[in-house]
Amino acid sequence: MSASDLAETPATPEAAGGARTVDLGMPIVIGERHGMFGATAGQDTTGYGGLVVPVVLPGASERPYGSWFDTCVDDLARALQERGTAYDDAVERIVVDRDELTVVVAREHLPVVAQALRDDAALRFELCLGVSGVHYLGDTDNELHAVYHFLSITHDSRRIRVEVTCPDADPHIPSIVATYPATTWHERETFDMFGIIFDGHPALTRILMPDDWPGHPQRKDYPLGGIPVEYKGATVPPADERRAFN
Amino acid sequence: MTADLGPDMTIEGAEHSATGGAEEFLDSPVFTVSGAGDWDDLVDEATSLHEERIVVNMGPQHPSTHGVLRLILELDGETVTETRAGIGYLHTGIEKNMEYRTWVQGVTFCTRMDYLTPMFQETAYCLAIEKLLGITDAIPERASVIRVLMMELTRISSHLVCIGTGGMEMGATTVMTVGFRERERIFQIIEMITGLRMNNAFIRPGGVAQDLPPGAIDKIRELVPEIRKGIREIELLVNENPIVKGRMVGIGHLDLAGCMALGITGPVLRSASLPHDLRKATPYCGYETYDFDVITRDSADAYGRLRIRLDEMYQSLRIVLQCADRLEASAGEPVMVGDKKVAWPAQLAIGSDGMGNSLDHIRTIMGESMEDLIHHFKLVTEGFRVPAGQVYVGVESAKGELGCHLVSDGGTRPYRAHFRDPSFNNLQATSIMCEGGQVADVIVAVASIDPVMGGVDR
Repeated sequence: MSASDLAETPATPEAAGGARTVDLGMPIVIGERHGMFGATAGQDTTGYGGLVVPVVLPGASERPYGSWFDTCVDDLARALQERGTAYDDAVERIVVDRDELTVVVAREHLPVVAQALRDDAALRFELCLGVSGVHYLGDTDNELHAVYHFLSITHDSRRIRVEVTCPDADPHIPSIVATYPATTWHERETFDMFGIIFDGHPALTRILMPDDWPGHPQRKDYPLGGIPVEYKGATVPPADERRAFN
Repeated sequence: MTADLGPDMTIEGAEHSATGGAEEFLDSPVFTVSGAGDWDDLVDEATSLHEERIVVNMGPQHPSTHGVLRLILELDGETVTETRAGIGYLHTGIEKNMEYRTWVQGVTFCTRMDYLTPMFQETAYCLAIEKLLGITDAIPERASVIRVLMMELTRISSHLVCIGTGGMEMGATTVMTVGFRERERIFQIIEMITGLRMNNAFIRPGGVAQDLPPGAIDKIRELVPEIRKGIREIELLVNENPIVKGRMVGIGHLDLAGCMALGITGPVLRSASLPHDLRKATPYCGYETYDFDVITRDSADAYGRLRIRLDEMYQSLRIVLQCADRLEASAGEPVMVGDKKVAWPAQLAIGSDGMGNSLDHIRTIMGESMEDLIHHFKLVTEGFRVPAGQVYVGVESAKGELGCHLVSDGGTRPYRAHFRDPSFNNLQATSIMCEGGQVADVIVAVASIDPVMGGVDR
């Protein structure tokens, strides 16, 4: 862990939300948090200040990234070049946060990036640990994210994260099953839960939910439904409509 | 390779049976038990194909498929020609539920995923939260030692169930009774320390819920030799047993290339002779300071995995004893992070009405300090806020790499919690392990993967 990484890692939860003072390149605002609680900046801690806190995700990092990340990104650029893909086309940004390397890849170039990560001797990420979907409602035109984690046993158990986004209106991401057969079920699960369609998957069907289930349950806009109780038509409201400290 | 088939058992050629319209029905032949209809044609057709192809659903309620795993087997006589695994029967939406609970409450959910390895989910989840908070280095040494102790005890109990139920599925009941007897001893320790046998919710963000109760170390020292004796008993029972070897040697073969392609980790990967263990590769909770060996074998079959699990239990016992030494030396040190904005305000204690917050703490907040009461109330109801971002933490569970991908949007609840369960991933190897073998070998091959459907389906 380099000194710059340490500086980026908030030491206490007080550094959360709007009071975050560290420079993270161009942070990505994905929404606003409204509510009465969680004031971290200013003097008003009463909870009645009508807080509006921007939800900010770490943005692109500047070189040097620190640790082994710089050489790894260089190797990735070279490996992509060898495969006829320009690094700048394929990689949208590099995010180094909390001592983890994230490569945000343009979705059409995901298969070649996966191929490079597996086959290039200097990269050699043998294991793909699966796909995790995330639905950012506020990230307009990039609502759905597919997050891949790779592990290189050859190179000292390094881990790298590849993040791919697609808009809700066109939820297509190329499948990497041809390169990493291990992602077969993981892509099915992400399809099942988020509705991301992995083009080229050999059999993209639901895996956890029943085959005829409508909707994709882990999306943030999936209706949760309340619980009717036997008291004068009362209903326990769904979890996202209950009073909560948000 | 993995698409779902229809749920019905079908016999090749069955679709050729008469399906006439309503008007045809009046003139159609009457079918009787003696087969007055066109059954002869059907039988002739099936016979002329010279094959006895049949699709069988094994599960989801089959006693030897580890819970509600559904295997769709296509059989040619006794030979399995195609295997597909149908999962999802135990899907409980734990990941979705965690998005509507505070960070601390999430522990209670994720401990219920793989119900044989609760401590690993708890640890992975808490390590991920701590990484998001940036307090990884602030976790007290004693808390990490207790985490390691609990994880290794859980590893032994998980392996005991795997070997025990695996033996039972082959008809060896004694392996099961011995395995569960020894697991009960592990539970005695775990129950003494956490108050519960399983679903503990003991490991919390920032440390552990409670320090060891008096006498816990003595209990460990008393029971470890007995557990070792029990494991030895299983070893004597199975290691050179001709029936066990006949059933397991060469069964469920998956070589290193297959493991790599399918992302297999844990004992299955180590049975293909690759010494990959996250406890050594990317140490967490101070694993680099313990003496233990990574067990590998080169047979790449079910028997090799059985032996690996047996040997791993001895290694875990080694670590447990090292933990006991360290815990004796560090008695009285804190088990929760010092930051009062994160740390749970009270330690647990046994009261007259069961386990709850310690009475001293209740006395303070109810009778003496209004500020402590407010602090307690805010932290318990609202929880703490975690800076926005995402992390991934992997721990070596009893079954392989258990990964936790956490996303925070800066709130008091996870924006997204995803668990990469080793059983979920490893179960993909069912097809390649079973196809071409016998029906009876399917049981052995699946048991050697050690899937737990609670973890697979989440």
